[in-house]
Amino acid sequence: MALMQEVDYGTPRSVAETLVSLEIDGKPVTVPAGTSVMRAAIEVGVQVPKLCATDSVEAFGSCRLCLVEIEGRRGTPASCTTMAEPGMKVRTSSPKLHKLRRGVMELYISDHPLDCLTCAANGNCELQDMAGVVGLREVRYGYEGQNHFKHNVTDTSNPYFQFEAAKCIVCSRCVRACEEVQGTFALTIDGRGFASKVSPGGMDFLDSECVSCGACVQACPTATLIEKSVVQIGQGEHSVVTTCAYCGVGCSFKAEMQGNEVVRMLPYKDGKANHGHSCVKGRFAWGYTTHKDRILKPMIRAKITDPWKEVTWDEAINHTASEFKRIQAQYGRDSIGGITSSRCTNEETYLVQKMIRAAFGNNNTDTCARVCHSPTGYGLKNTFGTSAGTQDFDSVEEADVIMVIGANPTDAHPVFASQMKRRLRAGARLIVVDPRQIDLVKSAHIQADYHLPLKPGTNVAVINSIAHTIVTEGLLNEAFVQERCDLKEFEQWRNFICDERNSPEAMEPFTGLPAADVRAAARLYAKGPNSAIYYGLGVTEHSQGSTMVIGMANLAMLTGNLGRNGVGVNPLRGQNNVQGACDMGSFPHEYPGYRHVSDDATRQLFEQAWGVELQQEPGLRISNMIDAAIDGSYRGIYIQGEDILQSDPNTKHMTAGLLAMECVVVQDLFLNETASYAHVFLPGSSFLEKDGTFTNAERRISRVRKAIPPVAGLEDWEITMKLSAAMGYPMDYKHPSEIMAEVARLTPGFAGVTYEKLDEMGSVQWPCNDKAPEGTPIMHIGGFVRGKGRFMITEFVPTDERTTGRFPLILTTGRILTQYNVGAQTARTENNVWHPEDILEIHAEDAENRGIKEGDLVSLVSRAGETSLRARISERMQPGVVYTTFHHGFTGANVVTTEFSDWATGCPEYKVTAVQVTPAKHISEWQKHYLETRKQTTQIEADASR
Amino acid sequence: MKAENMVHDANQIALFFASYPHDEALDGVVKHFQMYWAPRMKAQIKAYVAQGGAGLHALALEAVKRLA
Repeated sequence: MALMQEVDYGTPRSVAETLVSLEIDGKPVTVPAGTSVMRAAIEVGVQVPKLCATDSVEAFGSCRLCLVEIEGRRGTPASCTTMAEPGMKVRTSSPKLHKLRRGVMELYISDHPLDCLTCAANGNCELQDMAGVVGLREVRYGYEGQNHFKHNVTDTSNPYFQFEAAKCIVCSRCVRACEEVQGTFALTIDGRGFASKVSPGGMDFLDSECVSCGACVQACPTATLIEKSVVQIGQGEHSVVTTCAYCGVGCSFKAEMQGNEVVRMLPYKDGKANHGHSCVKGRFAWGYTTHKDRILKPMIRAKITDPWKEVTWDEAINHTASEFKRIQAQYGRDSIGGITSSRCTNEETYLVQKMIRAAFGNNNTDTCARVCHSPTGYGLKNTFGTSAGTQDFDSVEEADVIMVIGANPTDAHPVFASQMKRRLRAGARLIVVDPRQIDLVKSAHIQADYHLPLKPGTNVAVINSIAHTIVTEGLLNEAFVQERCDLKEFEQWRNFICDERNSPEAMEPFTGLPAADVRAAARLYAKGPNSAIYYGLGVTEHSQGSTMVIGMANLAMLTGNLGRNGVGVNPLRGQNNVQGACDMGSFPHEYPGYRHVSDDATRQLFEQAWGVELQQEPGLRISNMIDAAIDGSYRGIYIQGEDILQSDPNTKHMTAGLLAMECVVVQDLFLNETASYAHVFLPGSSFLEKDGTFTNAERRISRVRKAIPPVAGLEDWEITMKLSAAMGYPMDYKHPSEIMAEVARLTPGFAGVTYEKLDEMGSVQWPCNDKAPEGTPIMHIGGFVRGKGRFMITEFVPTDERTTGRFPLILTTGRILTQYNVGAQTARTENNVWHPEDILEIHAEDAENRGIKEGDLVSLVSRAGETSLRARISERMQPGVVYTTFHHGFTGANVVTTEFSDWATGCPEYKVTAVQVTPAKHISEWQKHYLETRKQTTQIEADASR
Repeated sequence: MKAENMVHDANQIALFFASYPHDEALDGVVKHFQMYWAPRMKAQIKAYVAQGGAGLHALALEAVKRLA
């Protein structure tokens, strides 16, 4: 595909239903009311010159370049700020307009450096383009304007883009993008007259409030704000539209390329999940794909203390198959298994679970969703009938009340957070249920109506007390319940929830929340009229994770907040393809489409399609695999794109399990922490190196398109196929589209999904089949997938992880904006400038009691283990609760977390660990051991011989 | 799996269903074991119950006895 230049309509699209007809340069056009004359003109192919207008932000009307003449009106109004009206006759070109526009351009150019040939924006500069369009031939005011800021130094503090004030035309597009698109309000125009310039609050960009989302860079019509990669390489020559490989928002991007080199990633305006917006990770943090740490050749070793030996693909694959076969012969068919990756494509995860079931001959397949959103699948399937969220992202634009529970969208799902913040600025009310004061509670132009800073581990107590308030105060939607829900289950649940033990007053000692606040929040949610719940891992990663998901589903049914725009129960999925990995049958108990392995009809369907007999009992979950390894009955594992040693709880236990195995196979981009205990390493491919699809948090299936060839030679699905063949079960796919065709044949919800449809529509949300050929943005309209909605009893059961005199604090863990999960990707980018190490956030009171000061090294100890890290005194924390991230292997945050987990799914209870924090003089023993072993276990033979 | 962890997990399942009427609760626990526990785990807990099932919630104990 040639370099893709998207049409800039100048002003945002109007969604009004009323239409108006007008005439532009004699051409009739009909547009929604509220459409600017500028946008209407583009609809009929007339591009009015412009500089300060761009369709991602509201019209500003400052550049005076887009002037037009309107019959019957005096003067020359700006087409960007003039709305189309019925019968209007517009003229966009005349001698008078030419003269005016040239005059405006003369003023701009007189104040702009004329280094066009050596400017990084050359070939993609709107100022240059406009000079051409208006026919600028001379500048009567000279070329040495006062505003060149010749003595100003270019701000290169941000690792990804630079700011050269000399080139600024003060159009304010960047300032408005920061406000309207991103919602951070980090930029302003400083000074007056010739001295006016864009400023990130009077400091450099790196020290400012800028979150590096790139919206300002994208909006800039000159080279004032420009990507450093473009400065270094030049403009791209072709584009590849693909999907981001970071969080579950699933943003569409245009990879702008020079040959096989990525020049920049630009958010794609037609991307239905992101509408042209991005965050620092997707926009800029792709450098890991070419990082020197990438492993480019397969490697094997007999013992983990041996150096790795590079081998051919055939040697590595045959060695793996031979080991797995030996293990199965010795320990039985069920002694091996594998883990699919939520970072890989649908097609790749489908293939791994197929290989495990068909070639390994067992159901020992699991995925990293186990440790994040498995309770979502359980809770929503049992109440609504589908293991997925109910809405699309755009639904938030019609929400009146937004309840965010256990999620930190501005850090973990930043692009959706921007959309949510726009709705909040437009007047939606906000309830935040979170132990920490996350940014959303109070930020620029946003203030939560209620922040319920509950004690960690008491989610279910809170949701029950909210439901209790709604039922006992008569705020429920009786009509919805009567029509849409199972009434026997409802009555049973009503009896339970009305009991005084579930009242906010009775729950207050557990939750720590004033009952009056809980009641007020409950009333606000019930009042709506459109109330939407958004939640994250602060809900699921608890011993009652599934119970809490059920509790939220109960609440939505109780108030009728389902089946239309603006409402729903919305999981914010952690990884790019967590939804897809679950959809594709990665769990040990179910086939693609969430059908249980014991269901005879489904099993026979797959047996027939795959030509093998399949097991009818569930296989092992990840934690069960580790337990079984320690027990001696599980001896080999194939891990695709997952770092279980760093991401899963209780590192010591995980290490013991890996050490007990005889053949650990890691397929990844890098020698991750798990690879330290591996015997085979298969170099995987990044998202830029493969074809396939990802499914985001709103069930949206989007194409991943290969921008460059796989640097290690094979795409991940090809590696799995080779291994399967070596195991005696050959598969024959020529392209991932053939794998998706098989998924569609065997999975009712995917029956209508084809690559052709994805190319045509851009993306599609499942279910996509004969009943919904263009997909399903909103679920459960008119009825639930399971028939009647099912209320389930959600008794609050306090976690067994309790604070004690020895461990008096509660540790909760999570993510930060600039890093991503185990850091395999982001920690190999310039994002480290913002977050080079994991930090422990601690309340001032707790710090003072322990003699801890800002930046001190502290010891973090639980009954599972000990690590050390630096402390940050934070008012975001409540006393008694500390917080850290798990992005850096050396920190080993999961050395401290325990084996407690969700009762239904085994999702670890990362959010509640009883700990003690004390000042430390040295790093922990575990960290010393880590440094010693890591060096040894990652040695490659060539290195060893040097 | 360590016996104490197995007992803890089984009891957590029982605690969820315990709020339901007995037969419904029992059915819920039995089905949960059947649907989500691998054969070797079911075998382990059955063997544990055969030896008395110390520490198991009454509902979990009864449910394990129902497993085929």
